[in-house]
Amino acid sequence: MSNRTRPRRVLIVDDEPNIVISLEFLMQQAGYDVHVARTGEEAVELIQRLEPDLVLLDIMLPGIDGFEICRWVRENPAWDKVKIIMLTAKGRDVDIAKGFALGADAYITKPFSTKDLMAEVERVLEQA
Amino acid sequence: MLQPWVIALVALGYIGVLFAIAYYGDRRVTAGRSLINNPYVYALSLAVYCTAWTFYGSVGRAATTGVGFLPIYVGPTLMAALWWFVLRKIIRISKVNRITSIADFIASRYGKSTLLGSMVTLVAVVGIIPYIALQLKAVSISFTLLWHFPDLSLPPINTIPVLRDTGFYVALMMAAFAILFGTRHLDATEHHEGLVVAIAFESVIKLVAFLAVGVFVTYGVYNGFGDIFTQAAARPELRRLFTFGDSAHAFENWFWLTVLSMMAIMFLPRQFQMAVVENVNERHLNTAIWLFPLYLILINIFVLPIALAGRLTVSGPDVNADMFVLLMPMIKGNELLALFTFIGGLSAATGMIIVETVALSTMVSNDLLMPLLLRTKVLRPSEHQDLPSLLLLIRRAAILFIVLLGYLYFRLTGEALSLVSIGLISFAAVAQFAPAIIGGIYWKGGTRLGAVVGLVSGFLVWAYTLPVPSLVQAGWLEGNFVEQGPFGITWLRPYTLFGLSGLDPVTHSLFWSMVANIGGYLVASLIGPQSVIEHRQASLFVDVFKQVRRGEHIRLWRGTTSVPDIQNLLERFVGRRRARAALAEYARERGVTSVEELEADSELVDFAERLLAGTIGAASARVAIATVVTEEPLSIEQVIHMLDEASQVIAYSRQLEQKSHELEAVTAELRAANERLKELDRLKDEFISTVTHELRTPLTSIRAMAEILYDHPELDTNRRAQFLGIILKESERLSRLINQVLDFAKLESGMFEWHVSEVNLRSVVEEAVASTEHLFRERNVRLRVVVPAHVPTVEADHDRLVQVMFNLLSNAAKFAQDWVEVRLTLQGDVVRVDVSDNGPGISPEEQELIFEKFRQLSRGTRNRPQGTGLGLPISRHIVEHLGGRLWVESTPGAGATFSFILPVMVSEGAIAPVGVQSS
Repeated sequence: MSNRTRPRRVLIVDDEPNIVISLEFLMQQAGYDVHVARTGEEAVELIQRLEPDLVLLDIMLPGIDGFEICRWVRENPAWDKVKIIMLTAKGRDVDIAKGFALGADAYITKPFSTKDLMAEVERVLEQA
Repeated sequence: MLQPWVIALVALGYIGVLFAIAYYGDRRVTAGRSLINNPYVYALSLAVYCTAWTFYGSVGRAATTGVGFLPIYVGPTLMAALWWFVLRKIIRISKVNRITSIADFIASRYGKSTLLGSMVTLVAVVGIIPYIALQLKAVSISFTLLWHFPDLSLPPINTIPVLRDTGFYVALMMAAFAILFGTRHLDATEHHEGLVVAIAFESVIKLVAFLAVGVFVTYGVYNGFGDIFTQAAARPELRRLFTFGDSAHAFENWFWLTVLSMMAIMFLPRQFQMAVVENVNERHLNTAIWLFPLYLILINIFVLPIALAGRLTVSGPDVNADMFVLLMPMIKGNELLALFTFIGGLSAATGMIIVETVALSTMVSNDLLMPLLLRTKVLRPSEHQDLPSLLLLIRRAAILFIVLLGYLYFRLTGEALSLVSIGLISFAAVAQFAPAIIGGIYWKGGTRLGAVVGLVSGFLVWAYTLPVPSLVQAGWLEGNFVEQGPFGITWLRPYTLFGLSGLDPVTHSLFWSMVANIGGYLVASLIGPQSVIEHRQASLFVDVFKQVRRGEHIRLWRGTTSVPDIQNLLERFVGRRRARAALAEYARERGVTSVEELEADSELVDFAERLLAGTIGAASARVAIATVVTEEPLSIEQVIHMLDEASQVIAYSRQLEQKSHELEAVTAELRAANERLKELDRLKDEFISTVTHELRTPLTSIRAMAEILYDHPELDTNRRAQFLGIILKESERLSRLINQVLDFAKLESGMFEWHVSEVNLRSVVEEAVASTEHLFRERNVRLRVVVPAHVPTVEADHDRLVQVMFNLLSNAAKFAQDWVEVRLTLQGDVVRVDVSDNGPGISPEEQELIFEKFRQLSRGTRNRPQGTGLGLPISRHIVEHLGGRLWVESTPGAGATFSFILPVMVSEGAIAPVGVQSS
């Protein structure tokens, strides 16, 4: 874990309430500062306001979708430090390739193993 | 006074010019720049119709009968209007069949009959000889007149020795000309270009000469047309010339003379030669159709003025009115014009003699002598190797023979007949060809027998009613049967046959000979059957404009031959070089490399026969071919069999064509089906992708919750209960999803099991409401149900309807603000169910989308609806399957109403309308 004073800030972007509940629990258990967005628009607003260290990003969202948000974040150099993990049920190779091409740091398909997810989250945050 | 040597020198000089022009014309062909491929040359060459008879005789006739000379020119003018239909067809037929003469044409049409060919030739020769004599007579008289002037009386012809008679020398020179320029080649279908150009030139000369005399007389001697006519009108004997005559039959005479000349312009051998055989391009007809009648009008304008002037100026019994044209300039002292006029008359005479003898010699050699020689085995192989030369020799001899025969006739008949009478006798003779030709090109039923009978009858009547009595009158034949009738039978008198009197002899003869000819042709054609070859030739002629597709042409021929035999035959008749070239060309067309590889089949025989026909005529060609081909006579049964086979082949190829069309159609269908399958495949991929996505979502929650519970045993009871609850709910969702996917797949593939029975919608609504009550309670949504006490039954699947209601109610529960209303109403013969909510509503664009599978709307809520995206599509499927309709009405912001209707069941006992029953 980092020895910084401020806990890492994680933004969960997903529209499935039960998935949000599980992710929220997992992130809080790991000691992160957790925030939740349930639509694309909400996510955009929170990213601008909170500048999270990590965004757990679903793709199929009402309104602006995950790919859009990812591209938008990467287009702004000010948010270069924001890490993005795509967390989605879209598991086809093309989707994964697209996610990485748009600048995602990791791509995890649903359903996921909580251990793998946490390991990936830590690994990505270590790079920061 | 003109010296005879001057006249002779000028005449010789003119003929020399003619030779030069013809020679130049032939040279141009060799240089590849044909002069006759020109519509004007073609039209002018047709004016060979205007002979010395026109040049001198029209004036002669006009001076005695007035306008009676006109029908001879009205007829051709009328005919010219029909040329595009009649002459064009004859030209096309002749080109296709390589016709060489009018005899060849008739013989070829009626089964390549040698009998008919020789008959036509004989009729033509007999009929035309007097006509040639007429030309020689005209030249001779005009020369004598010019020489003896001012003595207007002519010495009797028999007092002039042959060797001092210009007619004799003219005859010899014309024969020489015809031989030189008319028999240069062997193949008569190769055109005599020099000859045609020379004839066109002569047409110009005679027209200019005649117009010159006309202008001289009308405007030089008199003061224009008006002056002449006024002066003539003052003389009673001349006044009648202006009218149609006082004879009761004047109009009949006019009519028949017009008909006669209509036939003459088509069927005189020289006209056929110029218009058909020498034609190089059908389109030249377009020009000839107007230019030729114009020529006739021009050459006739001054006929009446000259005739009247002649009558006014010259008188006396010795004066030959035929010579007024020449006399007028002489009397008025214009010797130069007189000389020019003489040249004009000479050109008219020579043109006729040359073309006529060339045409007749072709007929004599091809249709009279060749078949004879071939049949009498004089021309059997190996006996005579140089046949082309022999053929040319025959033709040259025939020319000389015919010209001399003409001269002999002229010497013998002397002055007994006027020019016009001789000409009309010839016209009436060739008119006998008309029924066989016109019938032959328009009526397939005309037979060989019909043509023979018609021609013989017509010819006999003609001979009996025209030349025979004229010979009697000339003192040639003894007897008085002209006046008394043969053996005193008065109704057989040649000039008033069967008591028909009042007509002039030519009209009378034409009438009876046409009756006999046409009658014989029709009757004999109708009673006798046609042979196979006659039938084939008939269709070939009548249907010449119908294109016969290659391969569909049926050859009714069976026989054996060999290629060397054919080749040998061709070499003998057309010459070694031409035969080889033609065969090599044919081999190339057939796609083989050398002549040796050719098959001796019916097509080769056909080709050889055509090639020969161009040289020796169709009938002779057939006889010649028969010497090297062992032809098997075909019986009617065999013909029918061959036709049958051919029609089977045609039918089979049609079938194949149809099959290939069908195959194309099937291919197109398959291609379309394949496209549809690809599209379906794409849709299926999309479906699977969507379904797996939908399955992953609840599975994600379940797995995550399960792992959390497993990894965190320390969690408090409340949390554990919450997480376990989530697992249960998501599991239910998963099962529902799987069931719906299966349902949907079954619905789409038609495998869905239906249990249709009488269903009471009231109980359906109640059941669905009961099973969704907890949803409404959870979300604090008030549910109102309005159902009438009595609801008619519908024919439906109870459980499926409950499913539909459940879907609609749970959707409403999800989206409603605080109330939902279910209303069941009866509308005529349908039951209607409405489920309304006061949720956010659905935009018009989305109202149809929601019925597509896996379309879910967030409808503005923060939470995504917990559906599968299949409920509405499945519901619509079910309702529609049961004969109803399911739809949504909504205003965004003001809720939505989902409605469906189902038809009310009509029980067998209830005949009354549903509306009455439900009221």
